[in-house]
Amino acid sequence: MYRYDITDKTLVRQRVAQFRDQTQRFLNGSLSEDEFKLLRLRNGLYIQRHAPMLRIAIPYGLLATRQLRTLAKIARDYDRRYGHFTTRQNIQFNWPKLEQVPDILAELAEVEMHAIQTSGNCIRNVTSDHLAGITPDELEDPRPWCEIIRQWSTFHPEFTYLPRKFKIAVTGAPQDRAASLVHDVGVHIVRGPSGELGFEILAGGGLGRTPIIGEVVREFLPREHLLSYLTAILRVYNLEGRRDNLTKARIKILVRSLGIEEFRRRVETEWQLLSDEDLRIDDAQVARMQSFFNPPDYLTLPNIAPESGREPAFRAWYRYNTTAHKVAGYRAVFISLKKPGVPPGDVTDAQMDLIADLADRYSFGEVRVTHTQNLLLGDVEQSKAYELWQQLRGAGLATPNIGTLTDIICCPGLDFCSLANAGSIEVAKLINERFDDYDYIYDLGEIDVKMSGCMNACGHHHVGNIGILGVDKGGEEWYQITIGGAAGADASLGSVIGPSVPKAQVAETIERLLEVYVEQRDSEERFLDTVRRLGIKPFKERVYAAPLAA
Amino acid sequence: MPRRLLRNAEIVFDEWRYVAEAAADAAAPLIVTLAQWQLEPDTWLARGTPLGLVLSPAHRVEQIAADLEHFALIGAEFSGPGEGRGYTQARQLREQWSFGGELRATGYVRRDQLFFMARCGFNSFELPDADIEEGYMAFTTFTAAYQPSNDSGLAQKLRNTLALPRSSAITAYRAAE
Repeated sequence: MYRYDITDKTLVRQRVAQFRDQTQRFLNGSLSEDEFKLLRLRNGLYIQRHAPMLRIAIPYGLLATRQLRTLAKIARDYDRRYGHFTTRQNIQFNWPKLEQVPDILAELAEVEMHAIQTSGNCIRNVTSDHLAGITPDELEDPRPWCEIIRQWSTFHPEFTYLPRKFKIAVTGAPQDRAASLVHDVGVHIVRGPSGELGFEILAGGGLGRTPIIGEVVREFLPREHLLSYLTAILRVYNLEGRRDNLTKARIKILVRSLGIEEFRRRVETEWQLLSDEDLRIDDAQVARMQSFFNPPDYLTLPNIAPESGREPAFRAWYRYNTTAHKVAGYRAVFISLKKPGVPPGDVTDAQMDLIADLADRYSFGEVRVTHTQNLLLGDVEQSKAYELWQQLRGAGLATPNIGTLTDIICCPGLDFCSLANAGSIEVAKLINERFDDYDYIYDLGEIDVKMSGCMNACGHHHVGNIGILGVDKGGEEWYQITIGGAAGADASLGSVIGPSVPKAQVAETIERLLEVYVEQRDSEERFLDTVRRLGIKPFKERVYAAPLAA
Repeated sequence: MPRRLLRNAEIVFDEWRYVAEAAADAAAPLIVTLAQWQLEPDTWLARGTPLGLVLSPAHRVEQIAADLEHFALIGAEFSGPGEGRGYTQARQLREQWSFGGELRATGYVRRDQLFFMARCGFNSFELPDADIEEGYMAFTTFTAAYQPSNDSGLAQKLRNTLALPRSSAITAYRAAE
């Protein structure tokens, strides 16, 4: 993985000093609350329901074990012994003390981590495919490009006070595992007319109040121009994005109001005016950055079937919680953070330490964070899967549910977030309680449930096969249900099935939706495909035909 | 008490006057707004003093490009703490229009923005008194950066600086190590 050089180290340390000074000026009254807010937000610090919430960047979801151990230590020393992984591959701590945040940042800086631009109206942490570098279907590893974008966007002098936040996702495979179509900018590694690698650039995707699927701005961009082209997009947005209305300030609104052709014309015009030479990326730079992401020292191993002859629990786990690796004899192993009864994405300090130990032992000392709020050990020898499973199971980290109904994406909701209208963790718990029969869950197959506690859509509910949105109805927590959303390369927005339901009826509603699916599906058809084939009508009719039981 | 400024990292008294301040000081260099300029350019030119022009956030640099030769100073106004268009205005003035005069940040300007502003090409800053004494330190908050910069403040020099291949920061500072 990328290692900081003297420049990177200097920058994060100077950032700690700067933020320490800003915090002191706020605490001694020389910075007003509003002034400090803009500064702390650019450092991932929110003031939340109970305490400040600190969001720490995990660039493109990649963690070294020493970094994970530092996160565990921070959870132990400054928080309540747990952290929460988010849908943008970051981690959040919910209980730090404001005056201790500079010390936390100082500890992070020592392991090449930071909270820079994890919130605020600036370019946020760049996200990517959690299977980058190991998936068989990849054209090229996107992570070197992510790191180039991370550096270019860090403290960008022109784009630190944008109309609104700006999120970039990069993928290198035809399968989109980074939800790039619902990012402000999606960067896809593709082949050009002569077979050379470059980028397809999308813009204007996003969730929130107005969910929109991104559109193609440029079908093929030669790779040396990536940064100048991003600069042109950001510049058009910085000048023309709306600043008068917070809910209309994202680039998606600009793209939609101009239309993609006009938006493209303006970007291309600005790009022609830009002095490109200072941002051009030459082959030597690319090669240098790629060298940080060279494959580890894989052994020459045969592919085996480690599940044969093992107990059913291991076989289920191996089937659902591991996935193909491009190198023979290896497997990528998901660590489910979706254990029933535990808030999705939460992990304790002891679990983090254990996962770090396991990663050192079984996966070359690296851990990946998925945008579905799970962790992944990318390079596990198939022959070691069984002993790894035994240790994960002992720590409550082997729930065999990846990609199934109970692998729920979920924001922190009303319990922690001051923006939320409704709780989401409790709903996840109710769903887990209702659907506790794994035979049934496995029979349903691939289905993703995504839940957000408010319109901000941190839980990506619009692109869930089943989406759940918390709404406030006269001071009570109600939930609007959508079906047919998808986040991959065939991304689509879900349709609302009808009136929202109270918390106690969410699980029952989902059960009725699933009944229709089970009755109507064509053999191997996924839930999503059945919804696409039938439309929402039969689902809607079933849900509202008879009164819902509480 | 004349206004104090941070200009080229030094605290100076401002010799420039805005139109509302100019009555008693007919010989002082004068800063007009875009609207004032467009209404009666000849009147201002006839004054015979150096002229400056201040842009609002919504103004586009293209609107004054043809008139740039008349101005020794361009200001960009920051209407509040979240305003960010001035950063782009500054870069466009320096890089696309080769503006070599004083580039001034006005309005909501605080020490925490100076590093970014300077890198976009601003070289003078109207800071509140509370920030002006310590403001110069903001230029050295960070001693490295990942992006090419205009912080020389001089368009000629800028062109040379930009000619260095410093994309994504991967090279320049490595070379310096």
